[in-house]
Amino acid sequence: MSSDTFISIQNVEKYFGKFQAIDDVSIDIDHGEFFSLLGSSGCGKTTLLRMLAGFESTTSGEIFIDGQPMSDVPPHMRPVNMVFQSYAIFPHLNVRDNIAYGLRKQKLPKAKKHAMVDEMLELIKLPEYGDRKASQLSGGQRQRIALARALILRPKVLLLDEPLGALDKQLREQMQLELRALQRTVGITFVFVTHDQEEALTLSDRIAVMSGGRVLQLDTPTGLYEAPLNREVASFIGTMNFFDGIVTKVSGAQARISTKGLGTVNASMRDRVYSPGEKVQVAIRPEKLRLSETEPHDSDNQVSGTLENSAYLGERSHFYVILEGISQPVAVSNQNHDRVDVLNDQKKPVWLRWNDTAIVILDAC
Amino acid sequence: MSSGSYIKRPNRPLQVYAAIFLVVLYVPVLFLPLFSFNDSIYVKFPLSGFTTKWYFELWDRAPVWNALENSLKVGFVVATLSTFLGIFAAKAITRYEIPGRGPLVSFIMLPLVVPLIIFGVALLVLLSQLGIPLSLYTVTVGHLIICLPFAIATLIPRFEGFDQSIEEASADLGENAWWTFWRVTFPMVAPGVLASLMLTFTVSFDEFIMAFFLSGTEPTLPMYIWSQLRFPQEFPSVLALASLILAVSFLMVFLGQWINRGAYTDAAKGK
Repeated sequence: MSSDTFISIQNVEKYFGKFQAIDDVSIDIDHGEFFSLLGSSGCGKTTLLRMLAGFESTTSGEIFIDGQPMSDVPPHMRPVNMVFQSYAIFPHLNVRDNIAYGLRKQKLPKAKKHAMVDEMLELIKLPEYGDRKASQLSGGQRQRIALARALILRPKVLLLDEPLGALDKQLREQMQLELRALQRTVGITFVFVTHDQEEALTLSDRIAVMSGGRVLQLDTPTGLYEAPLNREVASFIGTMNFFDGIVTKVSGAQARISTKGLGTVNASMRDRVYSPGEKVQVAIRPEKLRLSETEPHDSDNQVSGTLENSAYLGERSHFYVILEGISQPVAVSNQNHDRVDVLNDQKKPVWLRWNDTAIVILDAC
Repeated sequence: MSSGSYIKRPNRPLQVYAAIFLVVLYVPVLFLPLFSFNDSIYVKFPLSGFTTKWYFELWDRAPVWNALENSLKVGFVVATLSTFLGIFAAKAITRYEIPGRGPLVSFIMLPLVVPLIIFGVALLVLLSQLGIPLSLYTVTVGHLIICLPFAIATLIPRFEGFDQSIEEASADLGENAWWTFWRVTFPMVAPGVLASLMLTFTVSFDEFIMAFFLSGTEPTLPMYIWSQLRFPQEFPSVLALASLILAVSFLMVFLGQWINRGAYTDAAKGK
């Protein structure tokens, strides 16, 4: 727990009857951080968020916010506010009353309240909408009002439960940018739940990837993408090619690995030191393999294969290449730097190249 | 026309059936107002002439006013109490995980199907064992038993009809359970509350069997009607009174349903 830690989740477990929703999760979230909980549905991310808000109790463990233990603090007393997946806009109130809902206890003069709401309407770029009924709003507008309703209370933490999930793609991308800009402006800690890995990578300072109630890896977006700790994380975030291999030589932090498919590769070991003879897995991202139709002579790291399939996506192309020794074709994604002529000659020989730094070593499974 | 749609295709036999159904249901009832304007003490065709004198005669009768007052008193108290209790029952049923919820709800709804005469006799036995004298209070207790299921049945769809996260949002924005109820839950179920008040009032106002067993010396309006049936010369006035009750009851139930009209569609939309 560093001095900057604002939320500290310590060994938290949650059971619903016999079902374990959260399995010994410990996370420290810094002040002012944009933190994401990423996972597929049922991984426990929403349960964890609801525990931060106080809607679910912890079976064991403790959550600290700003140094205070939260176990005995009911939702309405916590220094957090939430944006619900369904937005939960009060349907019987207009936009202005929705945004001012949480101000009752502050006993402010009417004019002051009015000014605060105006400020919020300005912030969410809906200044003309104060008198609208909730039923007259679109999904994107509801989402903003849910945001304003929470932000007006100047919470220390804003919890967001898939707030962009219900929006169409274009609006979602626009809201992502606005959300990120907003978080920098107001400077409060955001805890963001999503199943959309791209969204998490775009928005977050750090991400906890969850599955089966556990945190698989907690890292920065680049950390997760470039150096996944295990196969589950590697394949959940983006696409990854995996190869079985055996360590043949170790010198310093460098390992030489003999693989099925890629031949012999060099890679640097990260937190774990492997010894010669040990079985490992070697992983490489599709865009880090470069495909050529002629044999390259400038690279040690190359392998020849047969093109099985290709897909042209405009700015880039996907290729599926069969290598000797493995059954699964290897996915390759290359930018189309040059003009692309028809490249659907299947079964033709191709070569793949890569850099040593692109290789990730994982424990054998 | 929309006749092209499979679902909306008109079906002649069903339309005829619906017409017959409504006629059978309501034509007998319509004889009451018809004869209440008939200038004869005998209920028979042909009608002898139009008059409103039975209504005026009713106006001058003190016992009618007395019985009306009794019925209104009981009705207001029963409507308020059963709706009040119904709100909490409906909230509990829809919001909390109660073990054996299904059977419990069936049990609460039981008075709708148990013959009232059985309830009436049972209550009468109980009250006399306890030595409690019959009065408007005992009628109120009897009506409460009948009206509670109506209140709960009217309110449950309202409570089910909105997203629970709306109440959570209120808590999240700093309001405790009490304030959340008054600022969010109650305004959202208010149409159901009004509908429940009107329905339970009407049920109590029209109820006869419980009143028959449980009222003492102070009759309710249906009890008064029943007592007047022995006197043939009073019959047209009874018809006039019955017609009025009928009109008011219709009005209240329709009004209640109209106020509460959004409950089911809102529930379907998940709002």
